[in-house]
Amino acid sequence: MENKQTIIINGREVPFNGQKNLLEIIRSANIEMPTFCYHSELSVYGACRLCIVDIEGMGVVTSCSTAPKAGMVVRTHTDKLRKMRKIYMELLLANHHQSCTTCAKSSMCKLQDLAARMDVKEVRFQKTGCEKALDTSSPSLIRDPNKCILCGDCVRACDEIQGIGAIDFANRGASTTVVPAFEKDIKSVDCVYCGLCASVCPTGAIMPRPETEAVWDILHDETKTVVVQIAPAVRVAIGEMFGLEPGTISTGKMVAALKMLGFDKVFDTSFAADLTVLEETNEFLKRKEKNEKLPLFTSCCPAWVKYVEQSFSDILPHVSSCRSPQQMFGSVARETLPKTLDVKPEDLHIVSIMPCTAKKFEAKRPEFMKNDQPDVDAVITTQELGRMIKQAGIQFNQLTSESFDMPLGFKTGAGIIFGTTGGVSEAVLRYASEKLTGQKPDPDDIARVRAKDGLRVHTVKIGEAELKLAIVHGLKNICEIAEQVRDGQCDYDFIEVMACPGGCVTGAGQPVSHDDTAKELRARGLYNKDKDLQLHNSDDNPYLHRCYQQHLGDIGGHKAHELLHTKYSSRKRFDDVEFLISEEHHQERLGVNVCVGTSCYLRGSQKLLEDVMKHVKKQDLHEQVEVRATFCFETCDHGPTVRVGETVMKKATVETICEEMNRQLQVLV
Amino acid sequence: METDTKLRKFGRVCEIVDKYDRNPSKLIPILQEVQKEYRYLPEEVMTYVATCLDMSPARVYGVASFYANFALEPKGKYVVHICDGTACHVKGSGAIKEALYKKLKLSGDKPTTDDLMFTVEAVSCLGACGLAPVMTVNEKVHGQMTAESAEALIDDILAEEADNA
Repeated sequence: MENKQTIIINGREVPFNGQKNLLEIIRSANIEMPTFCYHSELSVYGACRLCIVDIEGMGVVTSCSTAPKAGMVVRTHTDKLRKMRKIYMELLLANHHQSCTTCAKSSMCKLQDLAARMDVKEVRFQKTGCEKALDTSSPSLIRDPNKCILCGDCVRACDEIQGIGAIDFANRGASTTVVPAFEKDIKSVDCVYCGLCASVCPTGAIMPRPETEAVWDILHDETKTVVVQIAPAVRVAIGEMFGLEPGTISTGKMVAALKMLGFDKVFDTSFAADLTVLEETNEFLKRKEKNEKLPLFTSCCPAWVKYVEQSFSDILPHVSSCRSPQQMFGSVARETLPKTLDVKPEDLHIVSIMPCTAKKFEAKRPEFMKNDQPDVDAVITTQELGRMIKQAGIQFNQLTSESFDMPLGFKTGAGIIFGTTGGVSEAVLRYASEKLTGQKPDPDDIARVRAKDGLRVHTVKIGEAELKLAIVHGLKNICEIAEQVRDGQCDYDFIEVMACPGGCVTGAGQPVSHDDTAKELRARGLYNKDKDLQLHNSDDNPYLHRCYQQHLGDIGGHKAHELLHTKYSSRKRFDDVEFLISEEHHQERLGVNVCVGTSCYLRGSQKLLEDVMKHVKKQDLHEQVEVRATFCFETCDHGPTVRVGETVMKKATVETICEEMNRQLQVLV
Repeated sequence: METDTKLRKFGRVCEIVDKYDRNPSKLIPILQEVQKEYRYLPEEVMTYVATCLDMSPARVYGVASFYANFALEPKGKYVVHICDGTACHVKGSGAIKEALYKKLKLSGDKPTTDDLMFTVEAVSCLGACGLAPVMTVNEKVHGQMTAESAEALIDDILAEEADNA
């Protein structure tokens, strides 16, 4: 039987059932409680104090951190509470930059919104301390510590959802700041640029790095032909910039707006997503047939790719070699458009509109440069596109729809659902199933992969074959699986990973939303769009096959490999961390560098280092040998890695190291 | 010899993290012991400890930078604490501090000499108010100090160091 209990809120009886805290119940009673530091998917922090309530017998407490008890008598907006909240707001503002007119977050800013709602008309407290420098080191994000109100949302999101902890609180009292380790810049630490911190930040302290100026410059250069690709998730969110409901499909209006902005051709990243489905599925089925390098991890999400490169590089062979749809589009467009549009290759500019901040980083990766030219010249987010449309004075809501240009604007529904968690798996299953059985699969059976959980496991039967898939969003959820794969203990066949909780629809480049249901509405928008289209299997895309015939050759063939695949390699988590065990560099001594980076550490490099040190001591080799611990030679897949002199030794043991040391010492003598 | 010391120190760090079973909740005692070895917490050692404890280096740095007891910059061989608690303050600890700053060319922003011999820090109550003004050199307490006796103490240390060199 359902156990219904009640509490009294502002004199009215309100039932509750299962809510973890008072705040959720108050909100369920249609009373808006202001908060900065409360997010239902993060741990409770109780720092901003704005959700205070007055409870009979308890006094004033924060409702986010108070468990409900039947019969509680709660008041939420008494005169005393209203005044207290206003003072809290003033205190928060006293530490804030208050430069709203020049802040990109303006009008989407929770701080601004709540200050207005609490009727704060002046900030009586003088600002102390001096201006802090901006962190503009990364291609994806900009940190402005002057706008930080220390709510800690970004810290908890990075730690609890992504399991990374790239930023944290440092120092104490009035000097408290939120910074990367050792107050380095964000580029030098293990940030994966997913931008979740920016999504949860209630102010403009962490923002996607804008590239709109670069795009304006490209658009205003009359000699250039500018084409643009739009990611699936953008079309169900751009409307929010203009007051439409989350999930409203605004593809046609957006295409019209882009044409008005001056883009010559408007194409769809979903076309490239269809391409990805074909390449990735074939890669997967080949591996499955040979039963090697399974499970296959998807590689569409650039934040996940960076994460695996720096934290689990030994499982890189399991990651699909497919480029992401954005980069597939880039290389295909570079290959085909100069001819079809009759432009010189150097006059072709390619811009992406993405829901994602990590895509900005991806476009600048050296793997995706040819002759110093990136395949994708500039990446702007949904937010930035919204701002450009506003800057150009375009009345978005009044526009008449226009359609994508051909051929790179044609897609199937499979390419559309890429933008949400489970979408890639569903698209792959639709294609694989028809390819293997020759029959259209039961859509309901495949749609089982749709759900909200951060880790979902499904077994799907295709013909005789049974496929075990895992679908993961939020990088923290992948950790355990990645460890199992590393240890050879994982029996999944296919694993889809997206860093953002919910997939690309909730990317950090999407319009700021304080509405918890937006995620779901946007995903529903994509699924509805899929239904609207006639084709649902990437293999049915006729333009795709024409593209293969004319330009790419066979699926998974030589040319396809050159243009659509890549190779990722391990990267350091931290820049410039090395410590000498010896006092100083002695050129004449033989250097023995033992990696103590995460991966080598797990393979026992600490013990190795101790043993080498013991050996040096025992043989009295101090004068000839210099032992150093270093972080990462970037060959983590073969750790522990040790460099003796110039020789890099993989899978080193103390015996092989000593042998190599003795050999080199004899040569030196 | 120095190489030997560094080897030993690193070996100690490994021992310390193992002694606490690489338990993240033991971060503070681990950092305290590590600091005893290095007289401060070098960045690379904090990164190493973070790796061992499966924590983010940002969290380790956050803890280390929170507590005044942890030093993030190298400290001198001789750490001089001058008590500036109420009793010592009224008995003239300010003058002692100024005298040592002047003698060693230090200031509040630059507490350690370039040769890493001395670090001079003002601290709150050392708990020996009866001996005010008080200072400690590497935890050894010296009571009823004056600017002159403090300077003399430094000279003694310098002379001893010169003898040993």
